[in-house]
Amino acid sequence: MRIELQRRPKVSKLFSVLSPLMALVLTLIAGVIMFGLMGIDPIKAMDVYFVEPLTDIWSLHELAVKAAPLILIGVGLSICYRSNNWNIGAEGQFTIGAITGSILPVLYPNWHSWAILPLMMVMGAVGGALYAAIPALLKARFNTNEILTSLMLVYIAGLFLDWLVRGPWRDPKGYNFPVTTSFQPEAVLPEIISSGRAHWGFVFAIVAAVALWFMMRFMLKGFEVSVLGQSERAGRFAGFSGRRMIWFAMLLSGALAGLAGISEVSGSIGHLQPSISPGYGFTAIIVAFLGRLNPLGIIASGLVLALTYLGGEAAQLSIGISDKVSRVFQGLLLFFVLSCDTLIHYRIRLIFSGRPTTEGKS
Amino acid sequence: MKKLIIALTATAAVLGGFSSGAQAQEKKKVCFIYVGSRTDGGWTQAHELGRQALDKALGDKVETPFLENVPEGPDAERAIERMARSGCSIVFTTSFGFMDATLKVAAKFPDVKFEHATGFKAAPNVATYNSRFYEGRYIAGQIAGKMSKKGLAGYIASFPIPEVVMGINAFELGAKSVNPNFKMKVVWANTWFDPGKEADAAKALIDQGVDILTQHTDTTAPMQVAAERGIYAFGQASDMIAAGPKTQLTAIVDTWGAYYIKRTKALLDGTWKSEQIWDGLKDGILTMAPYTNMPDDVKAMAEETEAKIKSGELHPFTGPINKQDGTPWLKAGEKADDGTLLGMNFYVEGVDDKLPQ
Repeated sequence: MRIELQRRPKVSKLFSVLSPLMALVLTLIAGVIMFGLMGIDPIKAMDVYFVEPLTDIWSLHELAVKAAPLILIGVGLSICYRSNNWNIGAEGQFTIGAITGSILPVLYPNWHSWAILPLMMVMGAVGGALYAAIPALLKARFNTNEILTSLMLVYIAGLFLDWLVRGPWRDPKGYNFPVTTSFQPEAVLPEIISSGRAHWGFVFAIVAAVALWFMMRFMLKGFEVSVLGQSERAGRFAGFSGRRMIWFAMLLSGALAGLAGISEVSGSIGHLQPSISPGYGFTAIIVAFLGRLNPLGIIASGLVLALTYLGGEAAQLSIGISDKVSRVFQGLLLFFVLSCDTLIHYRIRLIFSGRPTTEGKS
Repeated sequence: MKKLIIALTATAAVLGGFSSGAQAQEKKKVCFIYVGSRTDGGWTQAHELGRQALDKALGDKVETPFLENVPEGPDAERAIERMARSGCSIVFTTSFGFMDATLKVAAKFPDVKFEHATGFKAAPNVATYNSRFYEGRYIAGQIAGKMSKKGLAGYIASFPIPEVVMGINAFELGAKSVNPNFKMKVVWANTWFDPGKEADAAKALIDQGVDILTQHTDTTAPMQVAAERGIYAFGQASDMIAAGPKTQLTAIVDTWGAYYIKRTKALLDGTWKSEQIWDGLKDGILTMAPYTNMPDDVKAMAEETEAKIKSGELHPFTGPINKQDGTPWLKAGEKADDGTLLGMNFYVEGVDDKLPQ
């Protein structure tokens, strides 16, 4: 007997709805087994992981803080991936956006004006877009593989930031430690409501997601993205340009990653330092696919992924499991979600051996 | 809104309970935040061993929860606030990069105490603590001065922050106290923890002719390279004798446990104050690993120096000391003050390197 995956002629509506639920149930079962084997009360563990973070105003804020960059980068990437452009370097665009957005507060710490914040946001987005323009140019002009170029540029961006904060941008009063001066109050992205730390970055993320959903659903540009993504040749017959799409997709995703970078630095950190992201640009790739490359789905998947981070931390503290266990659990969740999604496009068939039954008789 | 009120009252109740001592029966929570994995074999592990020592000593009175692998940045602020909310009486934040996050959270929780390792910003409920590693480095330098035939040591440094510059200078001063012509070469690895880079730095230094090696990075890679090439070396952060049984002369071992026990006792007694504490060999916050692989007279000298530093008779940074370019820094008999040491950004005479600025 063997198991075979067979492509469905049509996307299964049933499994589109069922797949996330199946994934959730499977994760819960795996989690119960894992925690049970470790001698931890599984019900308590699940409660700490998934329920507790949602029952407290403070942790809801923290959820928004953690999800904001993931969603903002993720929606940009989803458009990029739908158009068959594979920008893997959002982490680098995030970093460069954070740097270009920080030019004003770092170089003009005494400029106190309301204008500084909007300028910072625009400069961050422009910086991210310009950095994404490098792989876009290479692809559009020389047909270079954008996966490699965008990925390599991540390391360049990271080291450039490292050099800046250890060298020219270092706080002169900071005892040689690698941080810039703290931003002036006018340059700090304010909190949405005063009950917690969630800042306007989360609003940007939601607005971007809704706007891009609208574009994909109701605008010609969205249609162009889908057509060129599925078949460039067909797109050409319709009068769309694959080259212009490279520019559009890469610049858009770069700009959103850059905006995420400066929002994070301005809203959550308050200065530049050698590490400003625990890999948001890469995690956002998972978020984009988890949300099935649909901007509204990405809001949900960004929140779910953020929840697993918060839950993992809460579990470390209140039931004393190791950081590694919470990562494994997070991995299980992603694994089940993505593998259940296979059922949308494929069906599983059990194929019994073609051997004549007479031979098998004993 | 209702939940918010419940959350606030609950927090207030927890905080109130702890500060008034009404729940004296219950164990106090002494919490730790680590930047790395607690089995990293270096910085974080040293703090983890300190936590375990505290647990052993005062485990009947305190609990010691911790969070590991907390990235510096917004995640740190959340992790620290989570600890404050979960009823910790005191939170030790054990990485320099947690400084601003610690202060932000401390401002929101005036009744919780915080201690931030190696930082320079304090508050009424935020103390800072650090270890006078340079005392150990001075002793190591003295041993190097005796053991090096060429009078040339190699130093694998991490980042050009005052802490590291101070260590390089202390080592050079120790070596010069026994060999006035002692010279030192420095390689900046720009990492705290990277076996590959550290090994490369070690090889580069040995190829430049140094015959003794010391490091301000956390892995045992340099020790292993030194063992392969048959020269002596010093361990860092933990006793690295296993990596070089015939190579390690001594190691500067971080023993934070002594400090954690001292401060937790102060907390329990109610005598805890926000201070900027900089403990040394005499307080047990750092310890010298056994002096090995050296003749008895060198060992006796090292032990004597260690005793003199502990008794306060010897301060490694005592004049006359010239800066690298030969201009005088300290007059004869003058001692460097802590402020200058903590902001140190220049070399003393004899260091053969240009300090990255």
